[in-house]
Amino acid sequence: MSTPLRIGFIPLVDAAALIVAVDKGFAAAEGLDITLVREVSWSNVRDKLNIGLFDAAHLLAPVAIASSLGLGHIKVPIAAPFNLGLNGNAITVSPALHAAIMAEIEGEPLDPMATATALARVVAKRKKSGAEPLTFGMTFPFSTHNYQLRFWMAAGGVDPDEDVRLVVLPPPYMVDSLASGQVDAFCVGAPWNSVAVDLGVGHILHFVSDILVRAVEKVLAVRQNWSEKNPDVLAALVRAASRAAEFIEQPENRAEAAQLLSQPERIGVDAEVIQRTLDGRLKISPDGTMRQSGRYLLVGREGAARPDPVQAAWLYAQMVRWGQTAYSLEALKTAMGVFRPDLYDAALGRAGQAAEAPGAIGAFAGPPFNPDDIAGHLAAFAIRHRQA
Amino acid sequence: MSAESSPKIVIVDESPIRAAILEEGLREAGFTGVVHISEMQSLLAQIFALDPDVILIDLENPSRDVLEQMFQVSRAVRRPIAMFVDQSDAASIQASVEAGVSAYIVDGLKKERIKPILDLCISRFNAFAKLQDELDRTKSALEDRKVIDRAKGILMKVKGLNEDEAYVLLRSTAMREKKKISEIAQSIITASEMLK
Repeated sequence: MSTPLRIGFIPLVDAAALIVAVDKGFAAAEGLDITLVREVSWSNVRDKLNIGLFDAAHLLAPVAIASSLGLGHIKVPIAAPFNLGLNGNAITVSPALHAAIMAEIEGEPLDPMATATALARVVAKRKKSGAEPLTFGMTFPFSTHNYQLRFWMAAGGVDPDEDVRLVVLPPPYMVDSLASGQVDAFCVGAPWNSVAVDLGVGHILHFVSDILVRAVEKVLAVRQNWSEKNPDVLAALVRAASRAAEFIEQPENRAEAAQLLSQPERIGVDAEVIQRTLDGRLKISPDGTMRQSGRYLLVGREGAARPDPVQAAWLYAQMVRWGQTAYSLEALKTAMGVFRPDLYDAALGRAGQAAEAPGAIGAFAGPPFNPDDIAGHLAAFAIRHRQA
Repeated sequence: MSAESSPKIVIVDESPIRAAILEEGLREAGFTGVVHISEMQSLLAQIFALDPDVILIDLENPSRDVLEQMFQVSRAVRRPIAMFVDQSDAASIQASVEAGVSAYIVDGLKKERIKPILDLCISRFNAFAKLQDELDRTKSALEDRKVIDRAKGILMKVKGLNEDEAYVLLRSTAMREKKKISEIAQSIITASEMLK
């Protein structure tokens, strides 16, 4: 008899391992009868997971941590035994902002320090001329997109809370908002950056892998108490997702995976666009310029799927840096405890794989991340939230 | 203070009918300060301009994430907002999420003043869902009727039957095949189109 599960997801390419696990039969082979429920907002996914309408969810990694800490909402401890994706976001800017940055840039356009410094000059000039501050779209207050945008611009001298506006936009509205001038730029996951470029309304300025070499993006999230009551079901779910991730990462399977993901009840975007993002080969400019990167979106390769508590610590540090919460050692421990490599290893019958999963965050600016000294680490950054 | 008399309530809903049902219910219950926002562009700016005490939003609305930003202390925020259903209200949050409505309350409004508002919203949302369901069923019944009429016409023409005989044939076939009459009717239409 198979176990019925309801799992919520947002139509984004990094839900791939879940969708393929179901639609390619890996979940059924593990004895799971999964109903995937497509959702319209991260708040819905979080709430339905928290109150038990979902057994598991495709969730922003920082939301899993925020729920466990009771930030922004009710406190529900979450366990994340599997990373659905690393990286995969990009920063896309309007043609006008792109031209303004390129006019100010000294150095390589792919160097985030060069673009951030150029952005600081654009921002300063606008301030002088009395123009409205630039507006940047991101997907959620507790999102990698929020932290990645902030990390990048702050390194160049732009204070994200003082010098520009950061606004939350649902991913499907990003492209329209850029086209209509409501925002000047956004940071979002695939496929929306490619959609903006294809429509000629945006230039991809950076893959987030330019900013952070290795950044956890979405996790497979379950309630911690559910994970304790259903260890075998959870292990089966992790195995199904793992097999799907392995399938997706084989180049010869990409076309089939993209076809499955493109279905209207799944992501509902052209298979060709989805495949580009899986291949890490993106059109970055409306003139057709392509960029290829082996680090654009990692679904399972290079140990991407195994949760790394150091990544959770980095996300927690960003919450502290930007004033979403005050630092405490206890909260740090809770945050790190959300990421569960032990459950991953148990499900896949592997003992620790320290060698395969490098903990490096690999940020382009600031000192190397040290989870044992978050206060000291954050002190190295000039721009951060200050207690009023 | 306005919150002590009648709280200002904003309904964020792209469905004008449901918003009207909700608004009417709230007014009947004595909540006079109700405003409906249906335009999602610059939602935050509209909400800041209205400065409500309570915000109600439909869960099918992607702009719910936009509201979450108001929890965050940032330059754009005038007043922090928190969802009123807290840890102790697990039953309320479950009922509201299942009904498809979410409520946010501006800090400062007493919790017991919100409970009747949310309860009313939940029952109105459920009533609307039932209405929608009935409408869908009526629509599909109408569709079925059309399909059956077309199939009858085909049978009458091809087999030289009168209307009653055509219907009896459809019904007996449906019973034998353990299918709905409309399904048999649809296969007749499909087959006759293929044989054209």
